[in-house]
This record gives sequence, structure tokens and C-alpha cells, in this order.
Amino acid sequence: MIAISVDSPADSESLRRSQGYTFPILSDAHEDVIRRWDLVHVHGRPDGADISRPAEFLIDSSGKVRWVNLTEDFVVRARPEEALAAFDAMNKSSHSGE
Amino acid sequence: MKRSWNWAVWTGASLVFLGVVSYPLFFVRFPGLRDFPWANLPMIALGLVLLALGLVRAFRHPDLCRGQIFGSVLAMLALAFSGFFLYGIFIGARHVLPASHDAPRVGQTAPDFTLPDSQNHPVSLTGALNSPFTPESATSAEKGGAQAAGAVLIFYRGYW
Repeated sequence: MIAISVDSPADSESLRRSQGYTFPILSDAHEDVIRRWDLVHVHGRPDGADISRPAEFLIDSSGKVRWVNLTEDFVVRARPEEALAAFDAMNKSSHSGE
Repeated sequence: MKRSWNWAVWTGASLVFLGVVSYPLFFVRFPGLRDFPWANLPMIALGLVLLALGLVRAFRHPDLCRGQIFGSVLAMLALAFSGFFLYGIFIGARHVLPASHDAPRVGQTAPDFTLPDSQNHPVSLTGALNSPFTPESATSAEKGGAQAAGAVLIFYRGYW
């Protein structure tokens, strides 16, 4: 699991420490990746800065996208069970030789 | 005769206030109550009903019950506050996100990238897929395990 936002590495580090997260939290402060993935939410932050929209992707080991969740309502996010179900579906299809 | 305290107006206004602020401060932690404000809407509705009852009492029996002025001010504030909340939840949160038509779709290859992690070490998508991140809590068997089955990428709005 990898998290990505426009927050600085220092901000992400304090978040990681305060929440005890063990997965990497990447910093895309200039929105290079967020723009390339077409996920920029222009003026999304109350102070007018551009940020990432909420979005979740499951990528398989060959780099292919296996599941995408692009919410239309930013209070509604993917639940952990949805990502786990997508992961299970991916594992099943790879085990069956697809 | 001393006029009685208009409890309905004050309780109603407090409920509306509590119904709005408890969403971001508390109920947002529970996915079911965050996706739709099941806990907050009844509080706000009950608060508005109490406010209305208190106001009716104050204007029908001004000799018995206080609250004509305070009640009206509180009712205006409560209406504005709850309107602001409902607008934010049902309209503001839903019509602002970009369409993201060019975001990677299922079946496409995810564009590779390299970004610094929270300790400024570069992390690339292909790197993460080829040599899986193993948390310190992983057992030696897990650490010696094969290539990652995949990666879940979570783009989020950030903390501010």
C-alpha cells in the first residue's frame, strides 16, 4: 500500500508517526504525478491550493490497473473491504492462470 | 408574573449546533455515518422542530414565556448553520471533483513514477512492485517472500 498527496515529506512523516502507519507516504508537492494521472483537484484546498482528488488504484505485479475507485463525493471513500475484495479477485484470476 | 425560561428554543439551538459540529469532529470517523449523515440529520431536524415550537410558544404567550427576540435570532442562526451544513454535504462535496477522464483505467498499464517518501527516499511504482515494501513487523519468512502481488495506491487530499 502506498499513499500519495501534495503534503511535504515532513508533514507526511508527522502524520505517519502520529498514526503509526508502516506503509510509505509519498510527497507529490508539485503535482507532477497527480497531474499525469489526471487527478488534480484545482483549488481543492480551502486556501486555494491545488490538491489531489481522492482516488484509489490496485496495480498488479505487471503494472496493470486492476481496480479503480474515483469517488464523485469527497466524503464517500473506498472502504478497506472494497480494496481487499479487488485484491482477492486479482489473486484468484492470477492463480487460475489468466 | 415572572416569564418562564424558553427551554425549547435553547435546547433546539444547541441541538442544531451539536448536530453540525459533531459531523466533522466525531461522526466522520465512522464510514457509515460519514457517507451519509445518519446521526447528524435527526439531531438537526429535532433541533429545528424544538426551535419552532419554542418560537410559537414565545409569540403566542409573550406574557408567560420569554424568547421572542433571542428565539428569533437563534432560529435565524440555526437555519443558516444547518443550511450551510446541508449545502456542504449534499452539494458542495459532490460537484467539485474533477471528472478525471484521463486517469488510468482498469486494464491499462499504470504510468510509472518516482516520488520521495516521508523520509525523502525515492520510491518508484515499479520498484515497489518488484521489491515489495516489507514493514518492520513482517516475519523473516514474509521478508524473504517473493515479488509483491500488487500495490494499492491511495491518492488523498492531504492534511491541512
